Amino acid sequence: MKINDVILRTITRIIVFIILTFGVYLFLSGHNTPGGGFIGGLVLASAIVLLYLTSDIESIRKSLPFDFKLVAALGVLLATGTGFGSILFGVPFMSQTFAYFELPIFGKTELTTVTIFEAGVVLAVVGVVVTIILSMSESEEA
Amino acid sequence: MIEKILFTALALFAISILIALYRIIKGPTTPDRAVALDMIGVNLISVIAIVSIVLKTKAFLEAILILGILAFISTIAISKYVERGVIIERKSDN
Repeated sequence: MKINDVILRTITRIIVFIILTFGVYLFLSGHNTPGGGFIGGLVLASAIVLLYLTSDIESIRKSLPFDFKLVAALGVLLATGTGFGSILFGVPFMSQTFAYFELPIFGKTELTTVTIFEAGVVLAVVGVVVTIILSMSESEEA
Repeated sequence: MIEKILFTALALFAISILIALYRIIKGPTTPDRAVALDMIGVNLISVIAIVSIVLKTKAFLEAILILGILAFISTIAISKYVERGVIIERKSDN
């Protein structure tokens, strides 16, 4: 059965970029304001789920050729890796630090090691959520 | 004065959410329920905006954006289920 969904496809092309931008903003505004790795990861995962909704699994798998279970494992490795990195400097596990740097374009910027940990959390959340939703939709076929 | 107006608006939004809830529970067809769910999402966005005016804070604006995104995606998912019977297809035929 053919269904005319031109409006949905056209709108999705624009909306996905807005959602991805908002997800990256939530991820970067983490440790001082509302937001953080978990929420940013959920918003990024919802953008990917919207792509799967408007198109089908085969064509999205061609354009996003990631194994999302591998993405989740990489995220957990990165998050715990920053935790173990603090042991090398003689401080307790999961200690975080920050400093202010002069960057060329941004001016005085606060750079923290929490951001690397949050990047790991983002990868883990995106991988797990997309894997759960895809396996839920695949079980119906089999 | 402005406080009274804001609290009256909050009460009216609460009543309209209750009416939409009745439509979700009672609603004869699935499209009725989909429209009522979308209406609850829009009303919740308005309620959060009014609460953030009353409390004089900007911390809830991200919650408004997230709620808008989730209401959009859930409405698409429900209407796709109503129309095709499957939400995420393995291979589309068009």
